[in-house]
Amino acid sequence: MTGTVETRDPSRSQDQGRPQGRNRLRALLIEALVPIIAVVVALLIGLIFIAITGRDPAKAAEALWVANFGSRRAIGEALVSVTPLIFTGLSVAFAFRAGLFNIGGEGQYIVAQLAAAVAGYAITGLPGWLHVTVAILAGALAGGLWGAIPGLLKAYRGVHEVVNTIMMNYIALYLANYLIANYLKAPGALPVTPEILPTARLAQILPPSRLHTGLFLALGAAVLVYLLLWHTRWGYEIRAVGHNPRAAEYAGIDVPRNLALAMLISGALAGLAGTVQVLGVQRAFYDPVGGFVGYGFDGIAVALLGRNHPAGVVLAALLFGILDRAAPTMQAMAQVPKATIWVVQATVILLVAADQIIRSLFKRRREVAAR
Amino acid sequence: MSRKWIAGIMAGLLAMAVLAGCGKSATDQQGGQSQQQSQQGSAEGEKKPFKAAMATDVGGINDQSFNASAWRGLQKLKEEIGAEVNYVESKRQEDYETNLATLADQGYNIVWGVGFLMTNAIGAVADQYPDTYFGLIDGEVQGKPNVVSVLFNEQEGSFLMGVFAAKTTKTGKVGFVGGMELPVIERFEAGFKAGVKAVNPNVQVITVYTGEFNDPEKGKAAALNIYGQGADVIFHASGKTGEGVIQAAKEQNKFAIGVDSDQNHLAPEHVISSMMKRVDVAVLTISKQAAEGNFPGGQTVVLGLKDNGVGWSDTTLWDKMPPDTKEVATKWAEAIKAGKVTVPSTRKELETWQVPEI
Amino acid sequence: MGNILEMRGITKRFGPVVANDGIDLEVREGEIHALLGENGAGKTTLMNILYGLYQPDAGEIRYKGKPVTITDPNRAIELGIGMVHQHFMLIPPFTVAENIVLGHEPGSKTRLDRAGAVEKVRALSQEFGLKVDPTARVESISVGMQQRVEILKALYRGAELLILDEPTAVLTPQEVQELIGIMRRLVEQGRTIIFITHKLKEVLRIADRVTVIRQGRNVATLDISGRGAPGPVTPPTEAELAALMVGRAVSLKVEKGPAKPGEPVLEVEGLECLGSRGLPALKGVNLTLRAGEILGIAGVDGNGQTELIECLTGLRRPTAGRIRLRGQDITRLPVRKRFELGLAHIPEDRQKRGLVLDFTVAENAILGRHYRSPYCRLGVMAWQQVTAHAQRLIRDFDIRPPLPGTRAGSLSGGNQQKLIVAREIDKEPVVLIAAQPTRGVDVGAIEAIHRRLVAERDRGRAVLLVSLELDEILALSDRIAVMYEGRIVAEMPAEEATEETLGLLMAGGTRSGAEGGVAR
Repeated sequence: MTGTVETRDPSRSQDQGRPQGRNRLRALLIEALVPIIAVVVALLIGLIFIAITGRDPAKAAEALWVANFGSRRAIGEALVSVTPLIFTGLSVAFAFRAGLFNIGGEGQYIVAQLAAAVAGYAITGLPGWLHVTVAILAGALAGGLWGAIPGLLKAYRGVHEVVNTIMMNYIALYLANYLIANYLKAPGALPVTPEILPTARLAQILPPSRLHTGLFLALGAAVLVYLLLWHTRWGYEIRAVGHNPRAAEYAGIDVPRNLALAMLISGALAGLAGTVQVLGVQRAFYDPVGGFVGYGFDGIAVALLGRNHPAGVVLAALLFGILDRAAPTMQAMAQVPKATIWVVQATVILLVAADQIIRSLFKRRREVAAR
Repeated sequence: MSRKWIAGIMAGLLAMAVLAGCGKSATDQQGGQSQQQSQQGSAEGEKKPFKAAMATDVGGINDQSFNASAWRGLQKLKEEIGAEVNYVESKRQEDYETNLATLADQGYNIVWGVGFLMTNAIGAVADQYPDTYFGLIDGEVQGKPNVVSVLFNEQEGSFLMGVFAAKTTKTGKVGFVGGMELPVIERFEAGFKAGVKAVNPNVQVITVYTGEFNDPEKGKAAALNIYGQGADVIFHASGKTGEGVIQAAKEQNKFAIGVDSDQNHLAPEHVISSMMKRVDVAVLTISKQAAEGNFPGGQTVVLGLKDNGVGWSDTTLWDKMPPDTKEVATKWAEAIKAGKVTVPSTRKELETWQVPEI
Repeated sequence: MGNILEMRGITKRFGPVVANDGIDLEVREGEIHALLGENGAGKTTLMNILYGLYQPDAGEIRYKGKPVTITDPNRAIELGIGMVHQHFMLIPPFTVAENIVLGHEPGSKTRLDRAGAVEKVRALSQEFGLKVDPTARVESISVGMQQRVEILKALYRGAELLILDEPTAVLTPQEVQELIGIMRRLVEQGRTIIFITHKLKEVLRIADRVTVIRQGRNVATLDISGRGAPGPVTPPTEAELAALMVGRAVSLKVEKGPAKPGEPVLEVEGLECLGSRGLPALKGVNLTLRAGEILGIAGVDGNGQTELIECLTGLRRPTAGRIRLRGQDITRLPVRKRFELGLAHIPEDRQKRGLVLDFTVAENAILGRHYRSPYCRLGVMAWQQVTAHAQRLIRDFDIRPPLPGTRAGSLSGGNQQKLIVAREIDKEPVVLIAAQPTRGVDVGAIEAIHRRLVAERDRGRAVLLVSLELDEILALSDRIAVMYEGRIVAEMPAEEATEETLGLLMAGGTRSGAEGGVAR
């Protein structure tokens, strides 16, 4: 809903563009309506799908409510699943602003978990605030590094980042498998690192749920990303590189450096998703035995739905987190297969991706009305 | 202008969430209590059906493997005592705890966590729901009166699969595909290799760990690699990844041995047997005990050949194996059941393991 | 001769912009009707309405005397209206014949009758004297040929009224000559042509009548050739047309006094570099540019001008030679350092290099200086200053619409170019490199840009003008150098240069020693 927000930030409010005011409002309304319509239509399709498969849509809707808002704990748990999605959504959106497609969120997530967990259990004797800060930085740095490698390859060797980031995902996955199996495993049968020390934990803020202060980190990151992109020189350069690298080069902007930098930051953001999961939720790094956990990939959808704008990303993460959270409860209460939720999520993405269609419908209608 | 909008929308959503939360949370605690009371009441008074549910690990209910097996156990429970049964599939590690809690919240009397990865989650949730029974498959949580842990002697069943493989191979090479290098999977590997050695020490076992339980493509690649090296029978212990192994067997017209459930239907001509891990039996038996008020809380139940917890599947293709295979395998099985043979459960034990005379 | 087309009171708005404001247009059957106007005047919008691509907000279209509603291009084609867009809509890997019959293929539903298609195209091409090879792939034929394919495509679909959108913009002079011949023949065969242009010379050379559009309104319709006119006509002069088009008297000649060259500020010695394909593009270029003069570099496109500019501005690495700016060696300095030392650069391709089209006008107005005070302090953008700066440039250079928050990509070409020129001149450079500064820009903007360049010279700045338009080189330069195959093959004072000598040198000819200057 915020695709053209960058053309409306405070600098522009001084335009002598007042005569445009009403049209702008309408444009903004349409901008916001597209994702909203997409969500509503997708939910309807989901409900129809549920009805067709012989389940009770009312019960499913109730489950969606109960899972996310039904209790203090539910609200907390919903936000627990929203938090990493904000980070990975920001990660994808940020890279996208620099014209890069970061599919490496999964790998960045994994290495960050690894780093945060090790920093969390291996470093001892630090006061709480310092230990948790060190662990967060370790995670962000590891994710950033994992993003910077394909970033550097792209910037200075022209290797396409999509291929590279995917490769880096697998390297991260197997590296984690290997390190856990051979070096980092806690005693016992489980493929998991030792638990992080209490000093490295992110504080819980809504017991009995596992909601932790990582949520504030995520919201803070969204604000920071916004300020960075639209209110600093670096953001200006990154966006210039993203929109038109040749013009950026012409203007004396170091294009390769900005590409690498953007991937570093994007990687750090995805890394923070993993970091807060370890420090706030899991308290240890579990070997991803089921393969990729999916936050990195979901981040792509979140960024797309959020129109690559931090505010949009937060809202989209809220939606996806809520849907994610609803899936098991819908199974438990209404026997709705988990694929239903995927259908809803996919429909949202599809509709948003196809928003040109919705847009043209609006236009057609207006034109017809004008005639 | 846009920021106002966004702020407005966010504020609205937040307000909705908070209001809803407050409104419910006050009543919720009472509600929770009364629910528990009514449960107890119902157990004594009017007969409400017994409710049993399970949470799968990330493999999902259709893993053709032990999640599926556990679900068969619950369905059987429904048939036998009319229990209300349900399942929840987990997307991520982080979900285990909330999913188990969700089921407990829904008033299920017994909640199963399927897979050793659930160990910590079961431990945590069991404390929060002391009135709910929890069962853990493949993992061990000790000292909690409302938790029962179920382990299997997979090495014993795998040993018999090793016997089948060594008997069946014509090339003198067989394969093993594991999911990840975890203690559970090591039991499969060690048992299988011991079985092969028992029949024919000259048969070579090619071992590959794919690193994932959830990726049939990788399983297929691993299997093709092993068949490419001349092997003609592969035993897999790799969850959903193994579907790829079986697919490869079908394409290459070689043999595969399934795991956990009877996987013959995946390739009826090529899956010569499956190492049955009777998760279904365990789930059924213990759930029934719980329904009867005899929940073996705090115990760790270990199921081996002797308990019919492991063994070969009903659809074992004897006609694809040499005629004396069944006889030989039965002989070993009896010896194991009788305690005359101890099957190694780790690679280390395997190294020093000598084929005993039976 | 009756009117084949009448458009009455056509109005079209795009948001706040009124593109067409009650335009009337009458086109007689069998004439060549020019639609003249500056970029953004609304010519193309009007024609897109006629072709069914847009729906008018108000107004009426009568075709062959009957009111019609043109809902989409298919309807337009049914009526007999064809359009050749400025950017061709051909499928490069398909052959000429395949492109022409696309959508109306001969043969059955499932089989394309290729031979039949080729035959039909051949017949059509002979009928109208449009020479094409029906079996050639479109990607392998020249731009002029592609245009003929587009025209044939329209004719194949039965076009009686043909709209050509800026048909000469992409053509070489010889190709323009051929196009004019084709247009004449089409009219002789009874077709009617509307062609959109902003070039005055073409109107006078080709059209029977002209309709001038300014800011979305029809300001005049005039007879030019007298063909089909009731009585004898006096065609308008170029200056009169220009005045109608721009809305005020326009000086088509650049007013400029004699240059007062000062110190050499840019010295290039033995510059060599490789082109994008890895072949030598510059083969030892020597140049000296003095303060207070305009040095024009003439040459046919592709003779190393682009590479020269890129080497000078730091976008391309020379393989040999030296570049000095005010005595300082800048050969290996990065782009930003060169800007800081006093270089400014109007790039030849404004959309690819000069602007970030998705940025606003304000954001573009600081491109290259975005990191410096007052636009940025301690890394934080000072948007108020940026906007104020943009407003100043908008005012000084008459950039329209005058809104700093407008997306640069939505400006007309002329206004985009004015924005770039404004930005670069505002840097107060020592050396201003102006590459194709008026390419694709309308008359009013050309005049403004030319005057600015001369004014910069008069303020003691050095201007290096690289242009493919000989007219522009001759009008602005104090000295002229000719580039051919990666070398400066001649250099002379402007007053000694004529179109003929330059043309000869550009084509690789040599100068006779009598004229003096450096020849290689």
